[in-house]
Amino acid sequence: MNVAVLDRRPETVSQIYKGFIDCDVHPFYKSAAEFDEFLSAHWREHRRTIGGRTRQGLSKASNYPRMSPGNGQRMDAWPPDGTHPGSDLPFMQKQLLDLFDVSYGLLAPLVGGAAGERNIEFGSALATAVNEWQLARWSDPEPRLKSAVQVNIEHQSGAIAEIERRAGDRRFAQVQIPPRGLEPLGRQRYWPILEACAANGFPVSLHLGGTSGHPSTGGGWPSYYHEEHPSYAQSMQTLVVSLVCEGVFERIPNLKVVLVEGGFAWLPALCWRLDKAWKRLHAEVPFLRQKPSDYVRQHIWLTTQPIEEPERPHDMLRTIEWIGVDRIMFSTDYPHWDQDDPRFAFKVPLPDEWRRKIYHENARALYGFD
Amino acid sequence: MAGLAQTPAADFVDCDVHLTVPNTRTLIPYLDDYWREHVLRRGIDGDNLEISAYPPNAPINCRPDWKPAKGLPASQFEQLRDHVLEPFNPRYAICNVLHGSQVMFSEDLSAALCRAVNNWIAAEFLDRDPRLRASIIVPMHSPDLAAAEIEHRAADKRFVQVLMFSMTELPLGRRQYWPMYEAAQRHGLPIGIHAGSSFRHPPSAVGWPSYYIEDYVSQAPGFAGTLNSLVAEGVFLKYPELKVVLIESGVTWLPAYLWRINKTWRGVRSETPWLNRPPSEIIRDHVRLTVQPFDDPPGQDQVQAILDEIGSDDMLLFSTDYPHWHFEGTDAIPAGLPKNILPKVLLDNALATYRRLN
Repeated sequence: MNVAVLDRRPETVSQIYKGFIDCDVHPFYKSAAEFDEFLSAHWREHRRTIGGRTRQGLSKASNYPRMSPGNGQRMDAWPPDGTHPGSDLPFMQKQLLDLFDVSYGLLAPLVGGAAGERNIEFGSALATAVNEWQLARWSDPEPRLKSAVQVNIEHQSGAIAEIERRAGDRRFAQVQIPPRGLEPLGRQRYWPILEACAANGFPVSLHLGGTSGHPSTGGGWPSYYHEEHPSYAQSMQTLVVSLVCEGVFERIPNLKVVLVEGGFAWLPALCWRLDKAWKRLHAEVPFLRQKPSDYVRQHIWLTTQPIEEPERPHDMLRTIEWIGVDRIMFSTDYPHWDQDDPRFAFKVPLPDEWRRKIYHENARALYGFD
Repeated sequence: MAGLAQTPAADFVDCDVHLTVPNTRTLIPYLDDYWREHVLRRGIDGDNLEISAYPPNAPINCRPDWKPAKGLPASQFEQLRDHVLEPFNPRYAICNVLHGSQVMFSEDLSAALCRAVNNWIAAEFLDRDPRLRASIIVPMHSPDLAAAEIEHRAADKRFVQVLMFSMTELPLGRRQYWPMYEAAQRHGLPIGIHAGSSFRHPPSAVGWPSYYIEDYVSQAPGFAGTLNSLVAEGVFLKYPELKVVLIESGVTWLPAYLWRINKTWRGVRSETPWLNRPPSEIIRDHVRLTVQPFDDPPGQDQVQAILDEIGSDDMLLFSTDYPHWHFEGTDAIPAGLPKNILPKVLLDNALATYRRLN
């Protein structure tokens, strides 16, 4: 096999990554029953009998089995007591928070099933439960970990009520919505929820995933995780297209959107394509008063993982310049198999000023951390 | 600033020129007896089988000075003659038809209409100018009938390619399609994958957008999904001579895509153990892209950077994408393409890709 061996030497010149803000950390439960204490008796019983109902054939497992146990966990992230990776706070502190002296970790729970639940009353109750669970299990015992407000966006009043309930609570940093929903997020039916996010000072975190029921490509369901994994980046692109072209940022000028776990190197070409199509098709979207790339530049932030690795590592520098170094924020995706380590993620030395922004300052400014 | 767009002055091949079926009635003489009666009795001859992926009067889909006073753009030989053949004088121009016949739910009706369209292309275009070549259109959701149409048409060497949409019912790498790829490889026909969808599914996993501009822009990530499938399923290992031409993909998304798919492959290749080298190498060997539209970056240095990242002079094929509106006058070469690669882009790469042009 003729494959270049990756350069995995640790970063020794600069340790500016130390104390970084991790924009994507996944907490898990030790037992699925942990959510029960935050659910009413009715929803506990519902959960026990009917359970979650999403828009896919498997109710408890992913359509695309990952390549490591626990639906794609880092092999060394299983806590000593054998519970699930991400479920043990002391072990997470040892492997991530204390190892790198992380300043803040932004939680992105992918548990509970609130967002994709077809029974939207149940989904809404699950969202509230997962929010309480984040505080009790994570943010209260470890204040560096910031919770993400969970919502079921098909339950508009429930979602808005939940956002308003958490407003001003600094233990929550943002509202988390999965990109793959029933309809593209830019559609008008979702604007009241996005308005509530902006009005209450929450950036919207779009962490890949969701069970929309639509195939993961426009040409149908792929066969392999090998296709599903890159399709996340492709979904992120169509999500950006939706938010920009449907006029969300004209309607909600103070909305801030963070794209999580879709990488970022695809953004410049998407902007060139948007601007070029808009040149011909602007009459269809007359409410757009700037070119599409201007909205992207003003309203969208990206997290790094899974970071692209250019065939010629130096090409990364240009890509960052084209996007704007002030819009890129480091994330590990701990404890997933494809997580990025701040010591090794960039295969090319970055200027110190860029490092400070990507590892620290951009997230600090966006989330208003001290 | 990017350089100026240029006119292709030397000998060249135009790898994407559109023909529009003016109406279904036009196809009646080109159907066999059974299907003629079938179409007439059901009144299908009165149905407008235009596809929704390319509304013909959307500004991006027809340059204003190429819009006829009456009828549809690119639907008559005379239009093609006046707008492409005379002003540009290509060595060859490859005609591509996008039409409802390719996507009908009845596989039999789809196959019958595609055969009629191919007959129409041959009689009303290919027979009238020796510079014209065409893609075989096939029932996209019926690989066995598509393979049969390839066999039927293969003797006519003026058909140089098989045409698909990038988004159909199943990802194009799926094994169901392989009979079509086997026939294409055997007859030296590349598979042209044109932007577009039969909309059996929303254009992406995030659902149905409101606006055409969203459908249009989302074609680029749509192509990426198609490449994921062709690569992961091992199509190019099974058919090592097969070439795929991405038509109207936009081009500049390719480098970041290659970085992504290579990294995924390094992580999960035990799932697809037949992939014995990085996807980027497979793609550089087997995949070609037409250059209009070219999603230009604003700077000349950025164009050069993207070309360097694509990392191969063999992949780009010149096209006007007539009658779509990407340039003015005859300045069809995208701004910023450096002079040193033009001989390959304009001619050599097309001759290497389309064996039937030689």
